[in-house]
Amino acid sequence: MSAQETLISVRNLQLSFGPKIIQQEVSFDLKRGSIFAVMGGSGCGKSTLLRSIVGLLRPTAGQIMVGGEDYWAQPDDRRTAINRRYGVLFQGGALWSSMTVGENVALPLEMFTSLTPDEITELVRLKLGLVGMEHAIDLFPYEISGGMCKRAGLARAIALEPDILFFDEPSAGLDPITSARLDDLILSLRDGLGATIVIVSHELPSLLTIADDGIFLDAKTHRPITHGSPRALLDNCTIPEVTAFMHRSATIPSQTEQKAEQHV
Amino acid sequence: MPMTETRARAMPQTSSSAPSWSLQESKDTLCLALKGTWDIHTQNGARFPQDGFSSASSTVGKTLIVDTSALQNWDVSLISFLWSVKRAASQVSLPLDEKSLPASAQRLLALLPDKPPEVTPRPQNKERLLSRMGGKCLNSLTEVGTMASLAVDVARGAARAMHGKSAMRLKDLLVDIWNAGPSALLIVSIVNFLVGSILAFVGLIELRKFAAEIYVTNLVGIASAREISAIMTAIIMAGRTGGAYAARISTMLGNEEIDALQVTGIPVSGYILLPSILSLVIMMPLLYLYGTVVSIFGGFVVSMSMMDISPVGYWLATFDGVDLNQFIFGFIKSLFFAAFIALAACRVGLKAGRSAADVGIAATRAVVIGIVGIIALDAVFAIIANAIGI
Repeated sequence: MSAQETLISVRNLQLSFGPKIIQQEVSFDLKRGSIFAVMGGSGCGKSTLLRSIVGLLRPTAGQIMVGGEDYWAQPDDRRTAINRRYGVLFQGGALWSSMTVGENVALPLEMFTSLTPDEITELVRLKLGLVGMEHAIDLFPYEISGGMCKRAGLARAIALEPDILFFDEPSAGLDPITSARLDDLILSLRDGLGATIVIVSHELPSLLTIADDGIFLDAKTHRPITHGSPRALLDNCTIPEVTAFMHRSATIPSQTEQKAEQHV
Repeated sequence: MPMTETRARAMPQTSSSAPSWSLQESKDTLCLALKGTWDIHTQNGARFPQDGFSSASSTVGKTLIVDTSALQNWDVSLISFLWSVKRAASQVSLPLDEKSLPASAQRLLALLPDKPPEVTPRPQNKERLLSRMGGKCLNSLTEVGTMASLAVDVARGAARAMHGKSAMRLKDLLVDIWNAGPSALLIVSIVNFLVGSILAFVGLIELRKFAAEIYVTNLVGIASAREISAIMTAIIMAGRTGGAYAARISTMLGNEEIDALQVTGIPVSGYILLPSILSLVIMMPLLYLYGTVVSIFGGFVVSMSMMDISPVGYWLATFDGVDLNQFIFGFIKSLFFAAFIALAACRVGLKAGRSAADVGIAATRAVVIGIVGIIALDAVFAIIANAIGI
């Protein structure tokens, strides 16, 4: 398969809650092997877009093409089958609270593979080992920290060796060191498992470190305002909202100020 | 103008005078002179009038400066006053020279906008009464449909479970069975014992008037087997287990655990709902039978102390008076009550919002719907029983 194969193609997507439009005219292609960042300020609809792609929120218009199939036009069974190719890490890890960490990772394997219990246990240890959580295999989610919950959630997300991994705010609530370790882990998983990654975040250091493509959503106009890797947007983009975001500026410079700066 | 920053918190109060302000006009400036101590507790909310600059001959080309040389201690009341000045100045396009203010006041004032915000009006529900009622009816019908489809999903899950293909884990089912059954024995015992005792007590007093005390065995037995134990046990389970189910599922919703199940392709109906519903459907009829025995025992204890009958005689009279059909009827009712309570609680939990308050609302709603539903179902059963002559 070519390195530029498109795995997911989002076309003119519109997302709404009742009459309130969250985002519209969202279009982008997700290329195999890339780490794609969905950027934007708080409340712009980044997580909502992710929920729509993974099948949790039906869009009000537009298409999400997965391997040539219109995802939301498919029956439930087919969508579930497509979802088997996905692994999702939710904001808080979303570990199933009635199970131990090990059982959390094992459940998808028990449900969707014909592996023997011994093989499943071995795989669970491997996946937990990859995220540095093997020691917590018998602990319940309420017995471990938030960062550990996220790592365990990541082990569960990679349990079925997905083609595409989705991360919803992976760095939120983590200290800078843990956050940097998680970034390294994401890069290692991309390279090691050959997974394509979609990451929703507004953590600049993370985005600049790991993402090589992306889309920037605007909360005011409810539309994407630019595409590109976070690094390229930081260096080259002149759109005020994007530059303010990328340079962590408290105020968005007006267009005229921008032009004046460019003249200088 | 050199300014000294004075703040009530920072400086000891040596002397205090009432806060006051005055506006002085010169060729290039308007000078707002502030005097006295600005204290939120004594200032009585002094505000600069919105048209405060209308008394000035002209504001065009002038700058507003603030003279704080006579200002003593101040607190947030001064900031509030200065904000009203800032807004009034903005209205007449009069620039405010904030540099003339104490540094900390400058920083706070800079955070406050100079124009009142455009308040977004809350969306008003202008629907007519009839259309609102119609909407509610449609919602209720949709809800009935959703409950029915949920029931079908769960039934399918149960069928799959019989073939060993369900997402349900035996461990979860056993935990739910333990919580719904043995853990509830004490409260079911207490309530049913007391209800049986009360029935016997009231019945004996009334029946004694007709010299028909012996029929108290029929009264307690039939009432317990046919109605009271089934209803009381169901109400206990609606409050205890139904509320817990709704709270648990809505908490899972808030923690994105349900989302994680859906994305992974694990059916929520099979994994979460099936063990909950199955455990209640298994345990409720057993609790009903147990409750009936305890209720009759309650009646027996009261009767022993109030009437002249041997213990064996009491039980024989009870077996004589209470037909097996009454037990079967109560048993079937409790099965339906259990299915309704569990389904309604799960549905309420799945429909809840994602905040902590929503968890409380879901638990309350599950209990209310459960109890009202039980009474309504019982009325339906009464009609059916009448029709088939039980």
